[in-house]
Amino acid sequence: MFGYTFRWNQALQALPQMLDGALVTLQVAILSMVIGLALAIMLTLFRRSDSRILRGFAVAWVEVARNTPALFQIYMAHFGLGNFGIHLSPFAALLAGIAFNNAGYLAENFRGALKAIPETQARAGRSLGMGSLQAFRLIVLPQMLRIAFLPMTNQMVWAILMTSLGVTVGMNTDLAGITQELNARSFRTFEFFAIAAVIYYLIAKAVTLGARLVARRLFRY
Amino acid sequence: MFDTALTLNDLLFLAQGAGMTLAVTAVSVTVGTILGILFGVLRFQFGPIWFAPLTFLLDIFRSVPLLIQLVLGNALQSILKLGWGPFTTSCAVLSLYTAAYCTEIVRGSMESVPVTTRRAARSLGMTWGQDMREIVAPLSLRIALPSWIGLTLGVMKDSALVLWLGLIELLRASQILVTRLQEPLFILMICGAIYFLLSFPIARLGGHLEKRWSPHD
Amino acid sequence: MIEIQNVRKSFGPLEVLKGIDLTVDKGEVVSIIGGSGSGKSTLLTCINGLEPINSGSIRIDGVEVHAKSTNLDKLRRKVGIVFQQWNAFPHLTVIENVMLAPRKVLGLSKREAEEIAVKQLGHVGLADKLKVYPSRLSGGQQQRMAIARALAMSPEYMLFDEVTSALDPMLVGEVLDTLRMLASEGMTMICVTHEMKFAREVSDRVAFFHQGVMAEIAPPAELFDAPKRPETQKFLAATH
Repeated sequence: MFGYTFRWNQALQALPQMLDGALVTLQVAILSMVIGLALAIMLTLFRRSDSRILRGFAVAWVEVARNTPALFQIYMAHFGLGNFGIHLSPFAALLAGIAFNNAGYLAENFRGALKAIPETQARAGRSLGMGSLQAFRLIVLPQMLRIAFLPMTNQMVWAILMTSLGVTVGMNTDLAGITQELNARSFRTFEFFAIAAVIYYLIAKAVTLGARLVARRLFRY
Repeated sequence: MFDTALTLNDLLFLAQGAGMTLAVTAVSVTVGTILGILFGVLRFQFGPIWFAPLTFLLDIFRSVPLLIQLVLGNALQSILKLGWGPFTTSCAVLSLYTAAYCTEIVRGSMESVPVTTRRAARSLGMTWGQDMREIVAPLSLRIALPSWIGLTLGVMKDSALVLWLGLIELLRASQILVTRLQEPLFILMICGAIYFLLSFPIARLGGHLEKRWSPHD
Repeated sequence: MIEIQNVRKSFGPLEVLKGIDLTVDKGEVVSIIGGSGSGKSTLLTCINGLEPINSGSIRIDGVEVHAKSTNLDKLRRKVGIVFQQWNAFPHLTVIENVMLAPRKVLGLSKREAEEIAVKQLGHVGLADKLKVYPSRLSGGQQQRMAIARALAMSPEYMLFDEVTSALDPMLVGEVLDTLRMLASEGMTMICVTHEMKFAREVSDRVAFFHQGVMAEIAPPAELFDAPKRPETQKFLAATH
C-alpha cells in the first residue's frame, strides 16, 4: 500500500531506549511543576503585597508567560541569557522555560481560585492571633490549592507536552530527543514518532487518572 | 538604545515571519472552528456514546505534543504521496488540533444552556432548527466566545512549532537573525514583543467579555 | 479591662463611630444593641485591631491596641472574637479547626492542643463531631465550633458580633445557651446582638448605639424598662 513498507520491528526494538527517554520527560515535567508551583505561590503573594514593584513584577511575569509561545520562552532561556554570559544546557534551558511558563499560568489560576475564598477566612485566622503570612499559609493556601487542583492537573499535562520542545534546543535525552536521534539514524520517521505519540498519550492519561485518585484521597471535605 | 547591526531589511524579514504566523493561525483557526462546531453539535445531538470513537480521536490531539503531531502529519503526507508543502501540512495538523479543543468548547457551551429554556422554546412550537438558531446559538455563544478567543491565541502561540517543518514564521525568522547577527537577547526581545502585542490586547478583550457576560454579576 | 476613649472611625467620607467612650471591667458582660449601620459591629473589629481607628484610644489591660509598637498578633490571643459568619475553615475537621491556632500560634504540642480542643468542643456540646468536616454541620453547630475555636486560645476577653444573626431561628437557642454558659463562668464579654431577651438576661450593662454614637448605657432593667432617650424608646418600641 502507498509503496511504503512499515517496519515496526525495528522501531519496537528501540522501545527500551524510548522508555528511558520517557522517564527523563517525566522528570523534567515534575521538576518544572514543582519549581513552577513554588514560583506561582511567590507570584501570588507578590500580587497581594503592598509593594507596587512586587505587584508589577508579578503581573509582568504572568502576562509574558501567557502571551508569548512556550517555545519562545525556552529560546529565551537557551539563547537569550547568553547575552549575560549565562549558558544553560538544553536540559536546564528546557526546565527553566517550562517552569517560567508553569508559574505564569498557575499564578493566574490561583488568582481565580482566591476570588472564591472569602476575605473573612484570612480575617478569622488573624483574629486567632496568626500573622498575615501564617494565615495565608495555614488557611488560604490549602483552600486555594484545592480549588485550583483541576487547572493544576491540566498544567501538568501541558508541562509534559511542552517537554517535547527541548528537541529544538538540542535536548537529546528525553522522549522527543531520543525519538529524533533514532529517526535521524534510520529515517523510519512515522514508526518512531507514532510510538512516541502513544507513549506521550499514555503518560498524559496516567497523570490525569492519577490526579483524580489523589484528589479523591486528599479532598474529603 | 542598543548598538545593533539590525537593519530595516531585517525588521521587514521579522514582519514577514509575523505574517506567516498570522496566516497559519488564520487558516487553522478558521478550518478548526468549522470542524469544531460540526463535531461539537454532532456530539451534543447524538450523545457521548455514539460519539465515543470521535471523542477518543480528538482526545489524542490534546494529549500528544503538537511537535510530534506535526512530524507525524508530515511523515503521513509523504507516505500517502500527497505532495503537500510545509504550509499545507502545518495548517492541516493545526486545524485538527484546533478542532479538538474547539469541539470541547462548543459542547460545553451548548450543554450550559438550561434544558428548561429549550423546552420552553420547543413548547412554543419552534422546530429543532429554530431552537438551535434562536435559543441555543446565542446563549452558548456568550459562554463559548471567551474560551474561543483563548484558543485562537493559544493556536497562534503554538504555531511557532511549525518552524520544525521548515516554515519561516516569526520565531524561526528571529532565530535566523540571531544566528547571523549574534545578538540573541535583543532580537528575541523584539520577537517576544511582537507576540505580546498580537496576543495581549485580544487576551484582555477576552477577559473583559468573560467578566461582562459571566452570570454571577 | 477594656478602655475605649473617644474613638472615631470613618470608611471614606462616612463616619461610623463618632466618639465612643466605654469601659468594660473584668468579668463584666456588656451587650450592644442598635439598628443596622449604628457602628456597633465596627467597634468590635476595632477593639481587636482588625480595623484601624481614626482617632481616640482603645486600651486592653493598659496596652494601646492601635499603637505602632503593639504586637497585634500577640494581643489578639487575649481577645477572642466570633463573627456573624462563623468562618469555619472548610479544609479542616472540627477538631483540627480548634487545634490549629493553639498549635501554630501558641506553639503547643499536638497532644496538648488536642486536649484543649476536646475540652472546649465538649464544653460547647460538640464532643461527638470531632472528626467531621464543617460542611456536615448545621449553622448552629458551626457557630458553636467557632466559639470553641476562639476559647481554645484561652482568651481573657470575648467579643461576639451578632453571632446568631445568620442562623435559622430554630438554631439560635443552642448558640445563646453557649453564651449564657460562658457568662455564668465569669468570662468578660462584649456582645453585639439583636436578641433583646438574651441581652436583658445575661448583661450587666446594655449599650444602645444610634448613628455612630452611644446614645445610652445602663443596667438592662433600667434600659429596657425605663429608657431615657427618645431614640432608645423608639428603637425598643419597634423591636418588641
